[in-house]
Amino acid sequence: MLKLSRYVLYDILRNKIVIAYTLFLFLVSFSMFRMEENGSKALLSLLNIVLIVLPLVSLVFTTIHYYNSYEFIELMLSQPLSRTRIILSEYGAVCVSLLTAFWLGVGVPVLLFAPDATGFALLFTGSSLTVVFTSIAFLAAVRSKDKARGIGLALLLWFYFALIYDGLVLMILFAFSDYPMEKFTLLLSALNPIDLGRIFIMLKMDISALMGYTGALYKDFFGSGTGVAFTSGIMLLWAAVPLWLSVRSFRRKDM
Amino acid sequence: MIRIEQVYKRFRKLQVLNNISARFDEGQVVALIGPNGSGKTTLIKSILGMVRPDKGTIHVHNQPVNGDPAYRQFIGYMPQIGRYPDNMRVGELFEMIKKIRHQEQTDEDLLRQFDLPSIYQKPMRTLSGGTRQKVSAALAFLFNPPVLILDEPTAGLDPLSTEILKEKIIAEKKKNKLILITSHVLSDLEEITTHILYLQEGNMQFFKDLASLQEETGEIRLSKAIARVMRGQETNNQWIDRLFALETKNESPR
Repeated sequence: MLKLSRYVLYDILRNKIVIAYTLFLFLVSFSMFRMEENGSKALLSLLNIVLIVLPLVSLVFTTIHYYNSYEFIELMLSQPLSRTRIILSEYGAVCVSLLTAFWLGVGVPVLLFAPDATGFALLFTGSSLTVVFTSIAFLAAVRSKDKARGIGLALLLWFYFALIYDGLVLMILFAFSDYPMEKFTLLLSALNPIDLGRIFIMLKMDISALMGYTGALYKDFFGSGTGVAFTSGIMLLWAAVPLWLSVRSFRRKDM
Repeated sequence: MIRIEQVYKRFRKLQVLNNISARFDEGQVVALIGPNGSGKTTLIKSILGMVRPDKGTIHVHNQPVNGDPAYRQFIGYMPQIGRYPDNMRVGELFEMIKKIRHQEQTDEDLLRQFDLPSIYQKPMRTLSGGTRQKVSAALAFLFNPPVLILDEPTAGLDPLSTEILKEKIIAEKKKNKLILITSHVLSDLEEITTHILYLQEGNMQFFKDLASLQEETGEIRLSKAIARVMRGQETNNQWIDRLFALETKNESPR
């Protein structure tokens, strides 16, 4: 399996978009830390960028890469390789290259300027989001034969997770504001990896004190070992389930 | 060597393959011909396991397709359109495929004749369509497989390279291999085929060897012989007419 993914990885790492993405992340992170005196304030600004840009780039890059590799995947299918192996090699290569970009672009500055618990939480969230959205993008790409449709679907998913979902949660909270909703919102956060990541990091920061009772409840939960296990577990599910579904549908697919 | 038994395939409303049964053996060069959309590529892809038939079975070397992918080590495939990862170098592609197949002996005739080692350092995205075809052809023949499947091999190749490829096909035919070719250029097939499989809208119209086809029709030339057979069927007239016009146009400058 490594043979194939290694060469695909070499190819992607030389891709101009991946190089530009790395540089962009690095410049943004570096300038954040330079401009803000306070390290945790810089992390907060960086957090917002990571939560918006990372899923978008992972989704769009992965789908475009899949469609561009279509003929190559066909050629690999004519070799004595199983379908599962081919799709997992492609997935592995895309994931590793996007993770490399993230670690070089954000990881290095964070380790230089803010190597504390919050910094590591940001790196953990960023890495998880990259892996999760690569999985989701693979599912969208494998399921739709048409390129425009696949990329459209990926963008729609990004809109949903990054923008629409928050609106829906707010609406629900507003409508049921008379009831105790703390436990319920905890559940809601698990249904969106971006939200989960945001809460996970925010609660590592001092600003969680501003969030009142809910904040305290969350801090109690996410601050504990259970919280870390919960976040990692949910992120793992978000990565594994779409990947499993896409492998399954790739195995049955007509090329 | 390849056994196709009652294969059906439908894409939505379109019946792409309709009850296809055939048997291809060593030493045969089978030309798959038919108009666009007649199911040639789907048939090839079914043999390669890329398309899963709705019904029916295919065996290659007595191994069922759709089980273990190991049977594909017997096949060299040259696709209609060869696209490779943009930043991969030509040399890396060959290196990778050699590692995947881990086979010691390789047949590098075409590689040398097409002068590919001289462009080993070039990234794939800089290659022209014709050069990519040469890469695809060299890959298909690289592992000296007993079955060769070539989908429109000469499309996009210059006359010199076409000639090199044709000679290579004839050389492989002499080594008692099974070769499946699709092409719209009947004159290219003329010198190399031993059998003709004619597909039309997913139906197998006939599968005959060249000698009996020539005998039945009294025509020596492949295109004329096929035309003679198909004349009987009203629906095919148009395509045959156009094909004829094309053939005569190609011949006139000579």
